[in-house]
Amino acid sequence: MKQIFSLALLAITGWLLWSLVPYGQATEPGPVSSHYIAHGLQENGGSNLVTSIVVNYRGFDTLGEVTVLFLSVAGAGFVLRRRSGQRRVAPRPSSEFVQTGARMLFAPMVLFGVYIFVHGHLTPGGGFQGGAVIASAVLMLLLADRDHHLPHGFMGWLESLAGFGYVLTGFLGLAIGGSFLANKGVLPLGQWNRLFSAGVIPIIYTLVGLKVGTELSTLLDVMVDSGRDHGEADAHGQKGGAA
Amino acid sequence: MNGLTPSTLYLATAILLILMGLAAVLVKRNLLKMVLGLSLVDTGIHLLIAALGAHPGRTAPILDDAKYLADPHTLLARVNLVVDPVPQALVLTAIVIGVGVTALMLSYVVRLYARRGSLDIGEIGRLKW
Amino acid sequence: MIIVDILICLVLLAAGVGAMLQRNLVASSVLVGVVSLMVSILFLRIGAPDVAMTEAAIGAGLSTVIFLIAVRRTEEEEQ
Repeated sequence: MKQIFSLALLAITGWLLWSLVPYGQATEPGPVSSHYIAHGLQENGGSNLVTSIVVNYRGFDTLGEVTVLFLSVAGAGFVLRRRSGQRRVAPRPSSEFVQTGARMLFAPMVLFGVYIFVHGHLTPGGGFQGGAVIASAVLMLLLADRDHHLPHGFMGWLESLAGFGYVLTGFLGLAIGGSFLANKGVLPLGQWNRLFSAGVIPIIYTLVGLKVGTELSTLLDVMVDSGRDHGEADAHGQKGGAA
Repeated sequence: MNGLTPSTLYLATAILLILMGLAAVLVKRNLLKMVLGLSLVDTGIHLLIAALGAHPGRTAPILDDAKYLADPHTLLARVNLVVDPVPQALVLTAIVIGVGVTALMLSYVVRLYARRGSLDIGEIGRLKW
Repeated sequence: MIIVDILICLVLLAAGVGAMLQRNLVASSVLVGVVSLMVSILFLRIGAPDVAMTEAAIGAGLSTVIFLIAVRRTEEEEQ
């Protein structure tokens, strides 16, 4: 019975999705997309239209999205928090080569992440990709040196400052340009294809990159670090230390 | 093989991925397997949305060449040169949200395992909370 | 060059089926990462380099790592 129901559900879903497929011909951009493609460069100054849309035209969405990411990281940290009184099992340290190599590679990897999100308005890439690269640098450090601790206070401050800067830029746009996150008038649009161009877009994407980088790093730290004490008896009503 | 455009191929692949993940969620009893299935559904949806905006013969929506810097009266000609950027922006957002949601699901799975000692969905459903 | 697309799609679907049928959860997670990687190549081919980068860095990289950590923390073969 269950199998028949599952199969029927799958068949209906597949049929519904398949009916979406436009056979053969490709879809043309709608009026909104056409406006973005035709006037995006003049209005925002950034060569990368996807960045223009993510950061400026739909920047409010991105603010909400970064908030959702923050909430899910906070949720994971809350769910996986370590109970007070529990001791971490000391893991076997990795070899000297791995530790030194990881420390040596950490700075170039973070630099590469920063490069990706600073050039988000010119080349493919941006805050999310750069943030992910930074998070993988942090992950490498965490895996190489098991006793390594992220400076949670600093990360928290950086994350809050980035979010605050994002909202502040938005309100600056509201005060000067007339709409939330407006690009016009806040900063000069600059010359096409230069690093200092596209108004507030590089600034916002840098802030997004910092925010996403700290959030994903914290997420990985929470998942790696609280993992050494599973199988514990669950103590009810005990106040756990913040993860 | 004529008549099979890349776009149709991508859409078919995306639908198969979605169905595969959905089947795993429906049939599998292991919680981690179900989360993996949801992750496949996620990937399939990303491919579906991005492929709906695909257009053969058009390049990425990055106007970094002098040929795009035309006079204002040919601005609309750009629309025929680059791919629709809006689905891409949506997918970009969805991927990042997806990893956050997956991480939250996995932390619940880990927590349930620590508490129940089992990953079987049936075991967990039968026990009283 | 549709043959390349067909090949990528076949690898992708095979990896997906393998991930769902495989009993070893570590192998499953890695195969789901392979699916993400192949999808990111497809994104590159349809002219979406931004999305391809995101999918490769987040979908194929971080997501797989998170799955592997979760598997290590539960350490159980699928029955």
